[in-house]
Amino acid sequence: MSLTENIHIGRPTNRVDGRLKVTGQAKYAAEYPAADLLHGAIVGSTIAAGRITALNVEPARQVPGVVEVFTHENRGKAAWLDRSWRDEVAPPGHPFRPLHSDRILFDGQPIALVVADSYEAARDAASLVSAEYEVREHCTELERKRSEAYVPPEKRSGIPPPPDPRGDPEKAFEDAPIKISRDYRVNAEHHNPMEMFGTTCVYEGNDKLTIYDKTQGSQNAQGYVTSVFGLKSKNVRLINHYVGGAFGSALRPQHQLFFAVMASLELKRSVRVSLTRSQMFHIGYRPDNYQTVSLAADREGRLRSIMHDAVASTSHYEDYQEAVVNWSGMMYHCDNVKLSYRLAKLHTPTPCDMRAPGAAIGVTALECALDELSYEVGIDPLEIRRLNFASKDENTDKQFTSKALHACYREGAAAFGWDKRKSVPRSMQDGHDLIGWGVSTGMWDAFLQKAEATAKLSADGKLEVSTAASDIGTGTWTILTQIGADAFGLPLEDVTARIGDSTLPTSPVEGGSWTAASNGSAVQAACEAAKETLFKHAKKMANSPLADSEFEDVAVSGGCIFRIDDPGKRLAISEIMHAADLEEIEEEGKVGPDLLQMMKYISYTHSAVFAEVRVDEELGIVRVTRIVCAAAAGRILNPKTARSQILGGVVMGIGMALHEEAMTDHRLGKIMNHNLAEYHIPAHADIENIEVIFVDEHDEKVSPLGVKGLGEIGIVGTASAVANAIFHATGKRVRDFPITIDKLLAA
Amino acid sequence: MNRFDYVRPDNVSDAIRALATGSSKVLAGGTNLVDLMKYDVERPGRIVDINRLPLKEITPTAEGGLRIGALVSNTDLAWNDDIRRQYPLLASAILAGASPQLRNAATTGGNLLQRTRCYYFYDPSTACNKRDPGTGCSAIGGVNRIHAILGASPDCIAVHPSDMCVALAALNASVDVEGPDGKRSIPFSDFHRLPGSEPQRDNTMSSGELITAVVLPPSDFGANYTYLKIRDRLSYAFALVSVAVGLTLKADAIDEARVALGGVAHKPWRDTAAEELLRGQRPDTQLFLKFADQVLTPAHGQGENNFKIELARRAMVRALHQAFAGTPQDQSVKSVQ
Amino acid sequence: MAPSSADIPASFVINGSRHALTIPPWMTLLDLLREHLHLTGSKKGCDHGQCGACTVLVDGIRLNSCLILAVSRDGADITTIEGLERDGDLHPLQTAFVEHDAFQCGYCTPGQICSAAGLLSERHAHNRAEIRENMSGNLCRCGAYTNIADAIEDVMAQDAAAREAAE
Repeated sequence: MSLTENIHIGRPTNRVDGRLKVTGQAKYAAEYPAADLLHGAIVGSTIAAGRITALNVEPARQVPGVVEVFTHENRGKAAWLDRSWRDEVAPPGHPFRPLHSDRILFDGQPIALVVADSYEAARDAASLVSAEYEVREHCTELERKRSEAYVPPEKRSGIPPPPDPRGDPEKAFEDAPIKISRDYRVNAEHHNPMEMFGTTCVYEGNDKLTIYDKTQGSQNAQGYVTSVFGLKSKNVRLINHYVGGAFGSALRPQHQLFFAVMASLELKRSVRVSLTRSQMFHIGYRPDNYQTVSLAADREGRLRSIMHDAVASTSHYEDYQEAVVNWSGMMYHCDNVKLSYRLAKLHTPTPCDMRAPGAAIGVTALECALDELSYEVGIDPLEIRRLNFASKDENTDKQFTSKALHACYREGAAAFGWDKRKSVPRSMQDGHDLIGWGVSTGMWDAFLQKAEATAKLSADGKLEVSTAASDIGTGTWTILTQIGADAFGLPLEDVTARIGDSTLPTSPVEGGSWTAASNGSAVQAACEAAKETLFKHAKKMANSPLADSEFEDVAVSGGCIFRIDDPGKRLAISEIMHAADLEEIEEEGKVGPDLLQMMKYISYTHSAVFAEVRVDEELGIVRVTRIVCAAAAGRILNPKTARSQILGGVVMGIGMALHEEAMTDHRLGKIMNHNLAEYHIPAHADIENIEVIFVDEHDEKVSPLGVKGLGEIGIVGTASAVANAIFHATGKRVRDFPITIDKLLAA
Repeated sequence: MNRFDYVRPDNVSDAIRALATGSSKVLAGGTNLVDLMKYDVERPGRIVDINRLPLKEITPTAEGGLRIGALVSNTDLAWNDDIRRQYPLLASAILAGASPQLRNAATTGGNLLQRTRCYYFYDPSTACNKRDPGTGCSAIGGVNRIHAILGASPDCIAVHPSDMCVALAALNASVDVEGPDGKRSIPFSDFHRLPGSEPQRDNTMSSGELITAVVLPPSDFGANYTYLKIRDRLSYAFALVSVAVGLTLKADAIDEARVALGGVAHKPWRDTAAEELLRGQRPDTQLFLKFADQVLTPAHGQGENNFKIELARRAMVRALHQAFAGTPQDQSVKSVQ
Repeated sequence: MAPSSADIPASFVINGSRHALTIPPWMTLLDLLREHLHLTGSKKGCDHGQCGACTVLVDGIRLNSCLILAVSRDGADITTIEGLERDGDLHPLQTAFVEHDAFQCGYCTPGQICSAAGLLSERHAHNRAEIRENMSGNLCRCGAYTNIADAIEDVMAQDAAAREAAE
């Protein structure tokens, strides 16, 4: 069947969940009521390494309303084997098991759960739980563990290790006329979604649970619960209709899910547990890292050698891995490349994917180094990027399914006015402000994951599309509705999307920017299947005007199926259903990566980010006055929500450039700025003008919908563009992110 | 947050009686106290809610100044016509602090009594002499990029976080308090104290005393004032360094200069001897630098916060230029003229 | 939750409805709204006055409800996000937020809108820079700031036009 004209796909459509969100009706995990609900409060350890030798829970038990205090001494039953605790996206190692034993592996590790009949009583009682410890030596300082860094023996699924070296990078470096070798660091960051982690576990009797959880994957979290607690899958339903941001932090089940379910099963009551904002600094984070990038070029600026080494933090119990250095082997053409990536164990929780994991820090280092090289060569920073354009992925020797990066450079530069840039640093000034313009390339994977969906067409012509996807602010509700509406030529109001529920058709976790491509394509496939079934019934009807037609000849719109070349030949959906004695037609759709194609092709999203900063050099104050982000991301389903995705990535990138870092007291092994007053994320005042451009990019190979995904690309390259602009403004190169006032004054 | 008794007196004398119980705390706007209670830093046995006391007026004084009731909100104070006309420095400093929501709740008295934002003070799992006297100061040798460069002691290097108080220090305000022993007025410079060996005491009030008003003497800097605040993000963050300046000029020279620093010490920092250097002088950068150097002579860093010494120096010079030029910092405009 | 001897009577008008309650003094206004009155539109993003997600209008003034002991506002008239609609019509800010896509995950949104409503009635913000500064007490981790500012500017312009027409 040929597609009818797309009315909705490609149009800037308001979010279908918009009204619910602006009226406060959209419900998040900790907001569901339940009869006789109990409230849990978690108590964290106050040391970073050692053993609990004594726990005093009696004062907590004395608080009126307290029902139970769980510790490792009386924890409810849960699986013994490590593998039962492994969720879909767990890295290699031994997953954290709350209250499993007296061992402490990181500061703030949960040591007790107080359950009470009110939130206030639980909170009060939690403050009265105390512990004595046998303190062991800890280390939270990556620099001290750098020399012990190791190549992770077991690879994390889905994360390609650095490729083998190619060419002779050391010799090429040695021989090249122009070279730099620089150390970079991006300090540990915390996701800090606005919604704090929460779970409401509704006890339905007989170990049957309905769980409302903050998660990016209802089925991943549901699988964790059934596996850890040995429950039947049919008895556990997990719902995450609305997720108040996550940015990767909710890919894996977090402590509060375990605690709410454990307490619920033990007490046979409904239980709600939320983390506090401080406690959210004791779950996953973007790993601390040290990187060394060595680049060499000929006198024209052609890259002769790229070497990129990274050491990143992980916990003592898991080998968290992400692709940090791989980008340096594929973003630019170079015959001599050496990439290395190692881990070092710290007394912290396991890091967790955070928006563009790996790329956000690795590309930042590479793009700053390339900027430095451009000044050494004496060519424009944009020109050096164009000059070294990679027309294939040289890590894998595969073709890109598409790469409209030149268009990003061109259109981004035009919108920004790059041609008016004065090349010499410190050459643009306005009063006390030095003005600088910087550029960076961005790159992120375009994945297609296995996903399933159903499409249910009812006799009144209304459509319901279902898949267990999550919308963490990404616009999933809206784009799936648009896809369904276009498949059947319906107005948006006649289409209902169902997501955020573990009982729906199989979906991967919401992450990696793959949801639109994967779940969107699955919904489209389901709709096509439902249309085909509808057509078969139409064809079978007595005196059917479509009797001689093939599926390719017809389209569905306005509640009818009709011949495209002769729209008069048509049948109403209601007629067809009535004739076939059907109330509805429901079909499934499935998509997955094309393994044959993947042997030859690989897919990425690309971007060019241009930044303008104003730096009050004397006072060290930086303002990002303008960002232009031009992205090549395949087909754009909804320019309005797509633009928002980029804006969000850019804002978080500005935070990476200027604000965000966990400040750890390494003597205590404690993060000290564990709150939103002192862990600074950008505020309204920090964000001025951001322009988003989507360049034309047609890619039929990347996914059936031609979609690449947008969740991460906005952050990749933003911090480096800002850092490069600061250099252009001031002539000062700060290689330790974030670029705060103290560092600029010292530079 | 712990459980506590709650009383809500209607008049000042009842409030003072209610405060006589040892572990009582005064609740006004609550923006700091409730926050600290949620972190279990404060665990009062009794909350004395003073929001019904008649302390919400701003009235002229016989001397030509203004008397600000302790319960006047930060917002009402900042946007009060008399304040904006006579004390724009105060209005500007208030608007540089916190957020509109917090300023709507926070009160004049409460602003004076807000406690430090030292990370360790806020985290009861760490040692802190201010929170738990005698336990030690974790900030020394720790994460201390926001800490004091002036007036610190071996027992405490915390800073007072207020913006408003920096302006009040420059304005030579005084604080009216009332307690079991009657009423008294405390000059602003004597109100907050340096930590010394008793960092648990932020100010010179006696236990059981209540702030009833802040009194401003007459003042007219014209447009020759500024409040310049430097922080890690452009709004909704505490000062790394802030400077309040008020100048009166005679011909082309400075007749009187008042300069107070925020974010650098356990109290708003003034150096009146250094201010005398400016008197009668024709302003230029060299003069301002000389002044700043004198103010910072006793400064010393704790490691991570060493940069604040140079930052304070530069901020003072810039702020003095702003004040002299009559171009005070607009708190919505993030470029610094 | 069982009543406690420490409970104190307090009454409020919330979104136009009177509520006469008996509540413990250590209950915040935010927890009262969310846990007891099931008005979960007001969000808990930090519980410490550091994010603005809990912003509600108390006697017409925007406040962080997480830092208010509910009993201390006995007698107050409170408007939450659930009370901004009039006769089933969205408040102009709500409409503008949808039109400008001024949110993503939606969690900070009720606080942003209540805060913006407070900002409009204060009339201290007159331009983009002042809007940004006066909305800085509302963090948005999804980074919708530019769209939020667009939405508020849009409503501000509508208000100005309406005032002009009325004059």
